[in-house]
Amino acid sequence: MMRNLFSLFAGGLFGTGLLISGMTNTDKVQGWLDIFGDWDPTLAFVLGGAILPMAVAWNIASRRAKSLLGSPLPGKPGTEIDGNLVIGSLMFGAGWGLVGLCPGPAIASISWGGIGGLVFLAAMLAGMLLAPAVRTRVNAVAAAIR
Amino acid sequence: MDIDWIWGLVGGLMIGAAASFYLLGSGRIMGASGIIGGLVDRSGWSTWAERLSFIAGLALVPMVLRGFMAEPVQTNITTNLSAIVAAGLLVGVGTRLANGCTSGHGVCGISRLSMRGIIATVFYLIAGGVSVIVFRHWLSVI
Repeated sequence: MMRNLFSLFAGGLFGTGLLISGMTNTDKVQGWLDIFGDWDPTLAFVLGGAILPMAVAWNIASRRAKSLLGSPLPGKPGTEIDGNLVIGSLMFGAGWGLVGLCPGPAIASISWGGIGGLVFLAAMLAGMLLAPAVRTRVNAVAAAIR
Repeated sequence: MDIDWIWGLVGGLMIGAAASFYLLGSGRIMGASGIIGGLVDRSGWSTWAERLSFIAGLALVPMVLRGFMAEPVQTNITTNLSAIVAAGLLVGVGTRLANGCTSGHGVCGISRLSMRGIIATVFYLIAGGVSVIVFRHWLSVI
């Protein structure tokens, strides 16, 4: 029960930050990515503002054995830079630039995003369902190249 | 006067606070695509209630708060449906292949100097910038 309450709170605070910062406004997101157009620097402050407290949190986590609820803290990050990471990030960025929504804001704006927002969300979920099959293909191609 | 950057900073700090709370409180990395994707492909089925709770908070709290904003925020999403479908598919497949999106790789990864997080962020920012140039300035479809 406490784990679900903690998740609800974290999701709510995350959504509040996305709403206030402008991340759910596709004009602001595309305005930030549009470095050769009328560049909007807002999102640099969003990313910077989010990374600062999180860097402190990782530092605290490194000196603790467990989370508040007693579950283990995440281990060291993976180090493998492979085709899935690069191709996946390129695909994600292309879609993010095209419409201006990433997964968090797509959920946060579900109640006011209209038909467009719902279609985006449905396509995103379909993509997530297809992803394991695409990963298998990427791995097969990578193995063939090696 | 343009004070959007202050709202960006305040909202960003709240996003970071949420990620910090989730890490230190629940021992979890706050990555939106991972939390959602684990439900979609069932790889995270054993923690479905936690994931659904997170998604509920993420959807419902902004819904309520939006009415209290000086001017309610709009998504201003394009009306080009084929662009929306293509973008949704790219975001869905891409974030799951890369194992993370703006929150997981960008916020949680960069803040611990994870090489995967930094590389992913560099690549999705480059692709995002190129995408806006191509679709907005060259093809004018968005």
